[in-house]
Amino acid sequence: MSMIGGDRDDGRDDSWRRLSARMLLVHPVRELGQAIPALVGLVLAGRAVSDGQMWWLAPLGVLVVIALSVLRWMTTRYRITPEQVQLRTGLLQRKTIVTPADRVRSVDVTASALHRLLGLAKVEIGTGSHDPGSGLSLDSLPVAEAAGLRAELLHRSAAASAQTDTSRATSETASDTISATPGAGFAAAGPVLPTAAPAQRETELARLDPRWVRFAPFTMSGVLGAAAILALGSRFLDQTGFSAGDVGPIREGLGYVQRTPVWLDILLGLVALLVLVTVLSIGGYVLSYWGFRLMRHPRGTLHVSRGLVTTRATSIEERRLRGVELTEPLLLRAVRAARLGGITTGLTSRGSSDGGSSLLLPPAPHAVASDVAALILRDPTPVDVALTAHGPAARRRRYARSLFAAFVLIAAAVVGIVLGAPLWLAAPAIMTVPVAVMLAADRYRSLGHAIAGSFLVTRAGSLDRRRDMLECEGIIGWNVRQSFFQRRSALATLTATTAAGRQRYAVTDVPLSLALPLANRALPGLLGEFLVPSRQD
Amino acid sequence: MQLRDPAHLVSPRAIVYWTVRAVPLWVLVLAGESFWLWSSPDHPGLPVTVLILTVLFAAAHLIVMPRWRYRVHRWELTATAVYTQSGWLSQERRIAPISRVQTVDTERGPLEQLFRLANVTVTTASAAGPLRIQGLDRATAEGLVAELTESTGHSQGDAT
Repeated sequence: MSMIGGDRDDGRDDSWRRLSARMLLVHPVRELGQAIPALVGLVLAGRAVSDGQMWWLAPLGVLVVIALSVLRWMTTRYRITPEQVQLRTGLLQRKTIVTPADRVRSVDVTASALHRLLGLAKVEIGTGSHDPGSGLSLDSLPVAEAAGLRAELLHRSAAASAQTDTSRATSETASDTISATPGAGFAAAGPVLPTAAPAQRETELARLDPRWVRFAPFTMSGVLGAAAILALGSRFLDQTGFSAGDVGPIREGLGYVQRTPVWLDILLGLVALLVLVTVLSIGGYVLSYWGFRLMRHPRGTLHVSRGLVTTRATSIEERRLRGVELTEPLLLRAVRAARLGGITTGLTSRGSSDGGSSLLLPPAPHAVASDVAALILRDPTPVDVALTAHGPAARRRRYARSLFAAFVLIAAAVVGIVLGAPLWLAAPAIMTVPVAVMLAADRYRSLGHAIAGSFLVTRAGSLDRRRDMLECEGIIGWNVRQSFFQRRSALATLTATTAAGRQRYAVTDVPLSLALPLANRALPGLLGEFLVPSRQD
Repeated sequence: MQLRDPAHLVSPRAIVYWTVRAVPLWVLVLAGESFWLWSSPDHPGLPVTVLILTVLFAAAHLIVMPRWRYRVHRWELTATAVYTQSGWLSQERRIAPISRVQTVDTERGPLEQLFRLANVTVTTASAAGPLRIQGLDRATAEGLVAELTESTGHSQGDAT
């Protein structure tokens, strides 16, 4: 990534483009919002210093904020040449950010409620660099221009790298016309395109079915979202000096709680919590995933668009896509649902690799998730293949680890009771044993691996079960880890390292006698020279 | 089928290096326990027991760990791959193809300089895959880096 400072003033030709002037309505509003604490400070300072004579401080502050936004609009220009994307900003400190077009790995188009009101969208160009300052952000462009820009950037990048990169054959050679793709994210109710569409049309791989909203309460993010809103709400109430006890209905409610038996309070509390989590998680699901569509462009890109208030359209080049993760946490599994994430090179700099940009399907019925995964991978076998179990030693290890945790808890409870803690503490501690047994059984059931087509498939976990389907070509090394106990039972954790997604995809507790042939089959040749016949063969 | 050990051992001086490197932590622990003993002169029983156990444990660790490590830590460079083995209680073997190597670093910390050692880190495009060879003889490390630089120079592509 190159950041070229200074002023290369050769670019005053008409291919330099400006951001939308309507952005002048977005930025001051948002920046005024951010500046409110400072402005309040100014007002208070103005009052305090000279008894109202400094009243003009606050309006001046507002003016400065607005002037800065205008200045920023006037000095920000961008240009896209066949080789590069260039962004120039700054008045006093001119800065030019240059990104080679073939490094563009993702283009995100997001539009907040304010943006949408004005018909604008923000374009973020991801380059896959781990340096957070290296991405380009164009805030904001008119919607049509943003969508066009996205198509243009991705196709240029595909064309630019077609000559150098042969890693994934796209069905098209670089052609010179830029397709008139309707902005996938914004043509909300576009026609469902048949699979055999003309070469330049997008194919729809998945679309949100409103009935999927029923899975929302079974997602962890739904529960966490509810907790976050509750926490925020209580903090807000605290800060405004609002005391719940002062409000009539709440006071009456508290009085009611005090008069009724404890078990009823707990029951009512649980029901209320359940309702709250359900409502909030459904709200969260609708907000993030409404209008979800997954499209494939024949030039080799996947487009994900979603969102109710803030819309977000992400494009991922298929040659950067190294596989798919099918995630089925316990709760989602209980209602036969799963979600899909992409294993992509170059999107990890956005923090969590399983959220945000690499989402390929929100929580949806398991069958749908499987079908969509097969469509994305262009191969149903990694999804359908039966996994090889890891055997009795791996099963023993699951139980040993799980029960060890339970016994630690029981020991802690015993020590606590000896030291004078109430006796009922023993009950929850003992209850952990059956839970541990069930968890171990499920964890063992999840454990498995396979080679299917050109993919390495590995699955593990119970509370957060995940089936990783990683293209063998994306594997760039092996780590074979054996703890003391693993060595005693001839198990190993075989980790495929890759530049994509989580960077590591592990086959956990696999017998060494299976691990080595597996690694050798997935990536023929690499291990070969280090393999020798076993002593017992 | 099994994976054989990498061909080369590291420098024998690494045993002393690993021993010396582990000493400060134990000194810190023992200092804390001594302070405990000093601050409770009335009931010295428990602190003294703990102190004695810690000394025994530290001695065992300082004697066993470096020698065990020396038997485990190995490396090998072939025409197509780098292969390392490290650890003691927990052991790990890492293999990366030469064609995917991105950087080769060599580093000498103050302690390593004292024992005329160096470590070499080979990174790939994966954040999960650095191969680190500790306790190499300085000349061996330089030779290894030169060889790696030479062989990685031939491969092309962005190694992802």
